[in-house]
Amino acid sequence: MSDVSYIKRPNRVLTVYAYIFLVVLYIPILSIPLFAFNDSIYVRFPLQGFTTQWFGQLWARESLWDALGNSLRVGICVAVISTMLGVLAARAITRSRLPGQNAIVAFVMLPIVMPGIIFGVALLVLLSRLGIPLSLYTVGLGHLVVCLPFAIATLLPRFEGFDKSMEEASADLGENGWYTFWRVTFPIVLPGVVASLLLTFTISFDEVIMAFFLTGTEPTLPMYIWSQLRFPREFPSVLALSTIILLVSFILVFVALWISRVGLNKDAGKL
Amino acid sequence: MSDAASTGTATSSGKPRASTGFAALFHRSPTLRGYLMLSPALVIMVIGVLLPFLILVVMSFWTREGFGFDTTITAANYARAASEPIFGVFLIRSFWVSGIATIVTVLLCYPMAYYVAFHVHRHKMLWIILMTLPFWTSYLLRVFAWKVILGYEGVINSSLMTAGLIEAPLEFLLYSQTAVIIALAHAWAAFAILPLYVSLEKIDRSLLEAAADLGDGPVKRFLRITLPLSLPGIISATFLIFIPTTGDYITPALLGGPDGAMIGNLIQLQFGAVNNWPMGATLSIVLMLWIAAVALVFIFVTRKSKESLI
Repeated sequence: MSDVSYIKRPNRVLTVYAYIFLVVLYIPILSIPLFAFNDSIYVRFPLQGFTTQWFGQLWARESLWDALGNSLRVGICVAVISTMLGVLAARAITRSRLPGQNAIVAFVMLPIVMPGIIFGVALLVLLSRLGIPLSLYTVGLGHLVVCLPFAIATLLPRFEGFDKSMEEASADLGENGWYTFWRVTFPIVLPGVVASLLLTFTISFDEVIMAFFLTGTEPTLPMYIWSQLRFPREFPSVLALSTIILLVSFILVFVALWISRVGLNKDAGKL
Repeated sequence: MSDAASTGTATSSGKPRASTGFAALFHRSPTLRGYLMLSPALVIMVIGVLLPFLILVVMSFWTREGFGFDTTITAANYARAASEPIFGVFLIRSFWVSGIATIVTVLLCYPMAYYVAFHVHRHKMLWIILMTLPFWTSYLLRVFAWKVILGYEGVINSSLMTAGLIEAPLEFLLYSQTAVIIALAHAWAAFAILPLYVSLEKIDRSLLEAAADLGDGPVKRFLRITLPLSLPGIISATFLIFIPTTGDYITPALLGGPDGAMIGNLIQLQFGAVNNWPMGATLSIVLMLWIAAVALVFIFVTRKSKESLI
């Protein structure tokens, strides 16, 4: 606070703007739960009575629960694999100076900036040329491509943030590489690993652009929602389902971001 | 993974014999170890990105033949893409819509990032989490939420009608380019805020103090110091939003209507209802090439302007 000079005087206009921005950012997302409890099949004001019937209806839907199961299975596998690969890649990137390293990293990070549809159709074409039928595995591969850059981006700061000499000390005291990793490196980067697991799971769980092209006969949850959007009568129950998904996503992501930032703050002492 | 793991266990169980063979090499050469640890991620990207993309390129030179493909190499699809106006219309519209969405997003997010970087002192982390939280939730649901708000019977129309301000729903709100732009700007805000915030946070505050001491007012300080130094953030925000949104098809499909459909919807049609995969592949490649061209021009222009600023 002491470095606050006369330049950084509070700016009331900017403060008001910031709060309005935040409200607008959340209005669309919060209007979903608002209408999910509304006792009308039309999404409009004024709100009718309060009801939980749309949530109750969800229980009876077999296909929904199948879709949920599919999404959970894919999400967990993708989260575990992309985090494991992310740990290896992040360690390699931070601990060795490799010729061509920047090019490799740029290539691995490519999916963050390329349009998802290109990956989706390209993978679809490859799989069909190889005669591999579309299934949850193909969706998983697609999600892996999307999630891996995010896993690496989450893990890199953790590997960069801690003192290399701790690993060297362990090596000097006679531990081999594998034990040094498990007993020194891994505990230090653990917050990043947990954050990466939660974030990649959330990304996979919510992903629809790749899944659209790669899903076979077993839809993931977002694909199920997509199919329901065509029927206006299903609107209220889609709202109910969306409410649950949003709630779960918010909790997972908040925990993940909190873990990774708190972990980083401990090392750096500041943001 | 398996490579590194198995080698790892091999070295841990057999220190004495670590002087021979692959394990020793792995142990002694940090470079080899580095490459080995990068390789699983690299393999996934080769299988998931590079190979598919190469085959997509090849397929773009094929043509449809009944339910199969004529694998003779021909540029017929490209000729069609260039000659039939509909493809150009969709491409230009995609660039227009996502270009406007990008500009709107960056303009709206800049003050926000500026506020957090310069005026928030105690709860920066909380602000950043709050601003990026919505981004991690389902894209589909965020777009769907705008349908709920902008729809004929949506939040805005029904509020205005209940209040007696309008007689009939405002039709331009849903199924229009406006709706697509609004939804895109909202959905991609985090991709603008983060790079903008990082570049603003990095600015050396003493430069601003020096400028103030030398008599520059707030506007001059902003234009001569803050804005030029935050240019890298503006550039990466622009890329991070413009490139993925150009190929988006979820938002136009839900909110665009006939005038809001974009090149992504056309590609999706070729792989679905129209069942002309080679044409779809061609359109994907054309989209990629256009994006690359726009990106190069953008880089060139900003580099020029950066030089002139300094």
